[in-house]
Amino acid sequence: MELICPAGTPASFREAVDAGADVVYCGFRDETNARNFPGLNFTRKELEQSIAYAQSKGTQTYVALNTFMRAGDEIVWYEAVDDAVRLGADAVIVADFGLMAYVAEYHPRQRLHVSVQASASNVDAINFLVDAFGAKRVVLPRILTIPDIARIARQITCEIEVFVFGGLCVMAEGRCSLSSYATGKSPNMNGVCSPASHVRYRQDGNDLVSELGDYTINRFPDGEAAGYPTLCKGRFEVAGQYGYAFEDPVSLDVMDHIDGLREAGVCALKIEGRQRGKAYVAEVVSTLRRTLSADSRSRPALIHRLKLLSEGQQTTSGAYEKRWR
Amino acid sequence: MKKPAPTLALGPVLYLWDGPKWRDFYFRIADEAPVSHVTVGETVCSKRLHFTEPYIADVIERLQTAGKTVRVVSLAIVTLERESQYVRSLIRDSGHIVEANDLSALRLLNGRPHAVGPLVNVYNVAAARVLAARGATSICLPPELPMRSVAQIVAGVPEVAFEVFSFGRVPLAISARCAHARSKGHTKDNCQFVCSEDPDGLSVDTLEHRPFLALNGVQTVSHTCQALVGELSDLALCGVSRFVLSPQDCDMVAVSRVYDDVLKHHIDVEDAMSRLHQIYPGVPLSNGFHHGQVGAAWIAHTKSVSLGAEI
Amino acid sequence: MKLPPLLAAPFAVIPLPVINRATRLMLFRVLKQHPGLFDRLGEHLGKRYGFVPTDLPLTFVVEPARPMITVSRKPGTPHADAIVEGPFFLLLALLEGRGDADALFFSRDLAVTGDMESIMSLRNALDDCSVDLPRDLSVAAGPLRPLFKRAAGWIRDRALSGESVWN
Repeated sequence: MELICPAGTPASFREAVDAGADVVYCGFRDETNARNFPGLNFTRKELEQSIAYAQSKGTQTYVALNTFMRAGDEIVWYEAVDDAVRLGADAVIVADFGLMAYVAEYHPRQRLHVSVQASASNVDAINFLVDAFGAKRVVLPRILTIPDIARIARQITCEIEVFVFGGLCVMAEGRCSLSSYATGKSPNMNGVCSPASHVRYRQDGNDLVSELGDYTINRFPDGEAAGYPTLCKGRFEVAGQYGYAFEDPVSLDVMDHIDGLREAGVCALKIEGRQRGKAYVAEVVSTLRRTLSADSRSRPALIHRLKLLSEGQQTTSGAYEKRWR
Repeated sequence: MKKPAPTLALGPVLYLWDGPKWRDFYFRIADEAPVSHVTVGETVCSKRLHFTEPYIADVIERLQTAGKTVRVVSLAIVTLERESQYVRSLIRDSGHIVEANDLSALRLLNGRPHAVGPLVNVYNVAAARVLAARGATSICLPPELPMRSVAQIVAGVPEVAFEVFSFGRVPLAISARCAHARSKGHTKDNCQFVCSEDPDGLSVDTLEHRPFLALNGVQTVSHTCQALVGELSDLALCGVSRFVLSPQDCDMVAVSRVYDDVLKHHIDVEDAMSRLHQIYPGVPLSNGFHHGQVGAAWIAHTKSVSLGAEI
Repeated sequence: MKLPPLLAAPFAVIPLPVINRATRLMLFRVLKQHPGLFDRLGEHLGKRYGFVPTDLPLTFVVEPARPMITVSRKPGTPHADAIVEGPFFLLLALLEGRGDADALFFSRDLAVTGDMESIMSLRNALDDCSVDLPRDLSVAAGPLRPLFKRAAGWIRDRALSGESVWN
């Protein structure tokens, strides 16, 4: 199985390549991708240089163009596709079927992957995108169990890629407007979730309080591990009880299940984290590379130390295990 | 192409209401509500299907007899084989227009007239054109879409009737996990249908006791009720065909009459707002998404950017 | 993991102008080696970034637009758009891209207040530059050179010994 690794900067990109990535995925420094964070991502020139570096090491590059085109400004996304193709991206990762139609029409030979943001969660949905736009691979939403994935794999003709490590969306990806409800900016439209511009931290006594827009979304007692200031991992009051209404601040780790995923028909394992630093990328990619080639007994020890790097310093198998629901 | 005057449509009941209440709601809509289109059926959770199943034929018949155009809704989230089979049979067997709410329904509906619901991501003209070419005759645009995008899309695909989510708590997210069941100590697989205890959603408040969101089974909706009222004339002007009212646990016939009165210029926006506050008390109204702002916000004066000039 | 008192103590007695002069020399030296250091800041170039090492009696304010760094003595919080607080060696590790700010934030080793967007862009800017303090500063620290070399070397030893700076 291929290991698909994140890069938010050229430095991270090189670290990922050097650490043993089969593929590095990245995006342009604008709203055409879902990690449109300040100071992150690639200029055209940086992508060109990065792709050249990857090619020199036999590593592939995927370019994420996984936001939804803003009506009237479609040209921004079309040009991003044109440039990714021209610069030699091995695949483009697309969420908007309007943009998929453009790729299929103007770059029919370009390898098209369905982004997790497209929310293609079943056989008919995937086959729609395969038949209509020639998609070669689908990145499955993090709402399926491993048996679900195996069943789907038997009935589709394209490849399957799944997230195995890193940030975890609790909501079905590409179908969440929680962020724009609180801040006006959303993953689909702006490529950001709970944008930094709307996040504030303040110390209240011994508690660290996080606020998103006008809303208090968490309160961490002194010493308690913190998470990203996303709404789906905030503490709220529901029916008189205080706590994590949707999910704790945790991140995804299903490296324990890689044999099951392989048997299910998964061909590529994806690491989330384009917003993370190059030190994180190097550490996670090299560890998971070793884990993939290790036997199943020695895997847990390898992975264990990565927990400390994770959101809330906790990990979960998420929807891959049925009991998470 | 001159479009006919816009009308009102009733979206599907998103909450789990008990069967008789659900039936009586639609009977009254059939008899009294000035809406041209009604979408019925379950879109949020496949586990709930059996609650309305015994009543749906009667409901559809009553609505049709009353002259409403009836549509049946597909599931928003399809992961299980059972759910796939349900969507396939719905589309194969239904004699009605189906409103697609996920990509699987879009595949199955290819080549035949269908509606597209607000949970399919149509953010631009290109996406709308893809759907139109496959047989979509109407598209309800995503609730988070700002007016600027609505105007662009409506102008760009004149053959499709566009709908805008104009009243109701906004469906913001959907998950494989059921926060509603979990909040009451259950898992999704053994949920005991506790979402039926909250016919208007279960409030999610901030740690400072401020109502923020509401749980509706696996779906999360806004605490605020999106209410596009002062915006209707601009939307109508740019060619929107229908305004969708999403059922809340309040007098939806009265809500539809308020909107109808606004469309017919029988009342002004201020009157309409105060009537909505009376009909659906205690829930703040919002229109921020429409104005490209925080979705929960209320943008006071809605004399919006002179769209007339752009069209 | 705190700065050993042996390294921290001298900063309480060295006159502030001396520290300021040395620190500025270091900033200019690093910028000379990495002229693109602040490119990724974009609209946040004009912000003031405060750094409060929990184990030093000093605070730092960096103004990339000028560019300038100003050192003050504690107590007193720096006048800045965004402030990062944490052990000195972690702040330096972040400068060198040897730590992951998110992980350090999750573990509560770092605290960030103020304008989050500007601090994120600075983090990403630093992360993309391969700042190497012992190398970049080998000629620049003036009278403080031995101290800074020792501090930098101390960090480097830990980073390279396989002990991640976040552990």
